[in-house]
Amino acid sequence: MTLTAPLPTGVEEPAPPSGGGSDVRRGGWFVRITVLIIVLLWLVPTAGVLVTSFRPEQAVNTTGWWTAFAHLFDPAQWTFQNYRDTLDAQGFENAFLNSLAVTIPATVIPITIAAFAAYAFSWMDFRGRYVMFVAVVGLLVVPLQMALIPILRLYVDGANLGGATIFPDLDLNGTFLGVWLAHTAFGLPLAVYLLRNFIGALPSSIIESAKIDGADHFTIFWRLVVPLSVPALAAFAIFQFLWVWNDLLVAYVFLGGTTQNRVLTIALQNLTGSRGEDWHLLTSAAFISMILPLIVFFSLQRYFIRGLTAGAVKG
Amino acid sequence: MTTTVEQPPIAPEPEREPQQPPKARHTLGMVALRVVGALVVPIAAFVVLWATFDFLRDADANRFVLVGVAIAVGVGGVFFLYWAMNWVVNWLPERYREGVRPYVFVGPALVILAVFLIYPVINTIVLSFGDRRGQGFVGLDNYEFVFTDESMRRAIRNTLGWIVIVPVVATTIGLAFATLADRLRRGEAVAKSLIFLPMAISFVGAAVTWSLIYSFRPEGFGTNIGLLNGIKQGLGMSPTPWLQEKPWNNLLLMVIMIWLQVGFAMVVLSAAIKSIPDEIIEAARIDGASELQVFRRIIVPSIAPTIAVVATYMVINALKVFDIVFVIGNAETNETEVIAERMIRNFFILDNDGRGAAIAVVLFLAVIPVMIWNIRRFREQEALR
Repeated sequence: MTLTAPLPTGVEEPAPPSGGGSDVRRGGWFVRITVLIIVLLWLVPTAGVLVTSFRPEQAVNTTGWWTAFAHLFDPAQWTFQNYRDTLDAQGFENAFLNSLAVTIPATVIPITIAAFAAYAFSWMDFRGRYVMFVAVVGLLVVPLQMALIPILRLYVDGANLGGATIFPDLDLNGTFLGVWLAHTAFGLPLAVYLLRNFIGALPSSIIESAKIDGADHFTIFWRLVVPLSVPALAAFAIFQFLWVWNDLLVAYVFLGGTTQNRVLTIALQNLTGSRGEDWHLLTSAAFISMILPLIVFFSLQRYFIRGLTAGAVKG
Repeated sequence: MTTTVEQPPIAPEPEREPQQPPKARHTLGMVALRVVGALVVPIAAFVVLWATFDFLRDADANRFVLVGVAIAVGVGGVFFLYWAMNWVVNWLPERYREGVRPYVFVGPALVILAVFLIYPVINTIVLSFGDRRGQGFVGLDNYEFVFTDESMRRAIRNTLGWIVIVPVVATTIGLAFATLADRLRRGEAVAKSLIFLPMAISFVGAAVTWSLIYSFRPEGFGTNIGLLNGIKQGLGMSPTPWLQEKPWNNLLLMVIMIWLQVGFAMVVLSAAIKSIPDEIIEAARIDGASELQVFRRIIVPSIAPTIAVVATYMVINALKVFDIVFVIGNAETNETEVIAERMIRNFFILDNDGRGAAIAVVLFLAVIPVMIWNIRRFREQEALR
């Protein structure tokens, strides 16, 4: 994404020192200061949460978090107690585990299903291929609110038409499987669309030569297409992971708010209701819910941005 | 797109039989097999997952073990499924194999989309004409509720505010920041990832984060620990109950979403700006164009399609906003209701399926133009391939 061709000499400005970028796009102090101000503004809310979460309850309740910077090196100003309380007494350890149990399969399942479908849409010949894919494109923007009531009714009652059971009453409500399937469906249109863009753009010569060597579609997919598609798979994986981990609505409707079942977002939402003024707990709880997405985000940012730009610019 | 298929890009369904006479003989058997292929997959999915699944309902099981098993079953199950299906296909007589295989590949995706998206869309429309239990027929009563109830009307008004203000402000800041960051000598990547950071945070987490900023204590009830009121008190002014200030509290909630979404706009627009050739910008400079003119006459027109895509994406997101309003709470007293939040309230909390469905249908109707636009753009792209 960086500019690769530095121009020979600046027209109005002196030639820049060596390094990436071209002097056509150079800015002065105004640019640097404005950027700095916006970045600082953007960091303040997160900084407030982080700082508050490490301050003792007493200090949090009597002084603003920004005053902590005045006693930066005073050990009495800092504590881990809030995190101990949140994880243990408030049940956030359990919620964290539940979030993992929901998020990991709800990321892997749609990617696998979408990758197979994207391969078929790109490299296999079958009836209705085009129409089916157009339908997927159409489903991209269906609001998931449209699906909540019928799916919940399916989970609770099953579906019957004229006495025949079309969808058995599986009692999926409040189970991990029920949430996985819902997340899979909601993530699937985008996944199929993005992956088909990528897999369809692979050079056909590779696929053809594998076919000539006698490989069947399953082998070509597993041994050739999946390894080649890692960037696209990773991009969508991060996207879906963040989406599911941060989701409140789907978990709220299909998994519910019982202490045993609830995921982090629901636990946090419950806490704002029950302990809305206990900022030492709220902030540490909020940070617990953010820590894994932030790690994922910072370590895999490159893939994520690539996926976003591919999806949004083309799509 | 592929070399194996020469299908006319726009024609929706090329007629294949005349070109492939040998296949035609087996059509009936093929169709039956294909149907079986597409059906067996989801059934197998349930059977395979179900076998181990009752364990996961066991409340007394150790939570770590339970979560471990859940992850293993969920992840392993889906791989096993495709492997098993492919294995079954390889057992078929050879001439049927390659006809069935595509349906094994796309079958699960299509079944899930059909059961969890297409059927619900139809069912929700039907339910929106029914009563609170989802039975009977009440005509347009639920829609009358949607457009006459005082709280619903406020929700519609507020949502209109969200879908105009959030995309405009977030795209503008994102564009401005992308343009400025593009001109940094150093630290562009760091600056961009810090702006982008809130994208990793949940709406719930963001709502809690900003509640701390807006937090309010009346005078005489202790120091204000919220940033905004802290500043006001520092300046000797009395604190403001920010989240109760109608109708401005709506704007304060929108700020949360803007904070979350600017990073997305910035990243996508930045990629578009970088794809503008240096030569064009330089040529404009030589002709004496100022910074601002370069921005308005060259950068903005060159990336206009991307701006449209980003703004559309944000309109859809703003239309569906739920978590922020729901978590901040007291939507009715504070008059900050939005459509998606009313939907959950009517359906889940007030337990009225008919009204919930009608509200969902309103959301759905609102995205239909985008859906058509998406499909049209896709078909144009395919025509170019």
